[in-house]
Amino acid sequence: MDSDVRLGWSGSVGENAPPIHPLWLRITHWLNALAVVLMVMSGWRIYNASPLFDFRFADEITLGGWLAGAIMWHFAAMWLLVVNGLIYLGVNTATGRMWRRFFPVSPRGVVNDMNAAFHGRLSHADSRRYNSVQRLAYLAVILDLVLLVVSGLVLWKSVQFPLLRELMGGYEIARYVHFFTMTFLVAFVVIHVAMSLLVPRSLWHMIRGR
Amino acid sequence: MNDPRTLAPGQDRGLAQPERRRFLRGSLALGAGTLPLLAGCSISDEPLVEKALLQTSRFNDRVQAWLFDPEKLAPTYPDSMITRPFPFNAYYRESRVPQVDGERFRLQLEGRIADQRPWSLAELREMPQTDQVTRLICVEGWSAIGKWGGVRFSDFLERIGADLEAKYVGFRCADGYYTSIDMPTALHAQTLLTLTFDGQTLPARYGFPLKLRMPTKLGYKNPKHVEALFVTNTYPGGYWEDRGYNWFGGS
Repeated sequence: MDSDVRLGWSGSVGENAPPIHPLWLRITHWLNALAVVLMVMSGWRIYNASPLFDFRFADEITLGGWLAGAIMWHFAAMWLLVVNGLIYLGVNTATGRMWRRFFPVSPRGVVNDMNAAFHGRLSHADSRRYNSVQRLAYLAVILDLVLLVVSGLVLWKSVQFPLLRELMGGYEIARYVHFFTMTFLVAFVVIHVAMSLLVPRSLWHMIRGR
Repeated sequence: MNDPRTLAPGQDRGLAQPERRRFLRGSLALGAGTLPLLAGCSISDEPLVEKALLQTSRFNDRVQAWLFDPEKLAPTYPDSMITRPFPFNAYYRESRVPQVDGERFRLQLEGRIADQRPWSLAELREMPQTDQVTRLICVEGWSAIGKWGGVRFSDFLERIGADLEAKYVGFRCADGYYTSIDMPTALHAQTLLTLTFDGQTLPARYGFPLKLRMPTKLGYKNPKHVEALFVTNTYPGGYWEDRGYNWFGGS
């Protein structure tokens, strides 16, 4: 936890205990939230220009006004998403926080905690410790974002990134990968927001740090 | 791309008025409540948002030019994978495709080109021909595989004595379309000045008499019905580019 203290902000709170979420984490978390909202809403508008499935997203929940505007938003917000994401991954790895908070994660632990959650017995006494379901969910959404970005790179530059293109199985398959990783991300956000409202203390921690 | 709402003409460098308003409506909706974080945006801030987005698009042009590797080739496919029928796409309906008289046609050359003598189709057909089966990717997201044949554009540019150090090659088309590309892409081995589609003379719907085909760029960067090309160091813009689409449009 020492590194959390060093990089964190103990500021005006006046407590000696390190923050549950250091400042860098809170900043990258909320910048990522902003980037995700911009990317998803503009992405829906781009999807509407050539839908993969038999439905479209309502214009009211899209961003950009028309295809060119949506693309401008998408390819501007991508810088925020990627640069902020790399800073998050870099600091999280360098400080060892990623390892401490997300591991170990075992199938048995996930099943046990899932059961406990459904029976209302999952303890939130220690906010410094993620339960197994949280660990799995956060690791999964990080991986999902990586896949989302990689498939996006293939759609953006399929000629310039031949290795990534072949990994994705070609341009057309990358469109589906991009769509389904977006779907997973949106599902995560819905559950994540619902959970944070169920335990409002956790939302406060992400804002104030403690 | 063939959205009828985008038919309004507008030759200025900025966004044409109807598009501009629609564009702002999108960001306005953002400020108005979809995104509480930006709810403080007043209408007077909207041009700032638009300016920032346009500047980011210019920045993305530079990033794409930097990413562009002249040696990297787009994947090619067997004839069996050609998309049939190949989709028609333009900013107008198929019934409005221009009919160009091939006999009287002369390709006009302008700007930083030593030999500006106009070219007939017969003369172009006498140059070495090559063809390739590549994927055309539309900015809308869909893609289709087609087979285009014609003159390697770098051969043609050398032959006419074009200034290969210049920044841009611009195109004017018989349907009122216009666009421009960067010189490195113009000199790419797969950039073809095409005369044929799928082994036949280029049909009107796919751009007779001439279409510039670049598998390294999105569909809207590939002009059809080309009747004039020019080499310049002054940014020439393009039909969709002037309306807000990214200029480099690379793939």
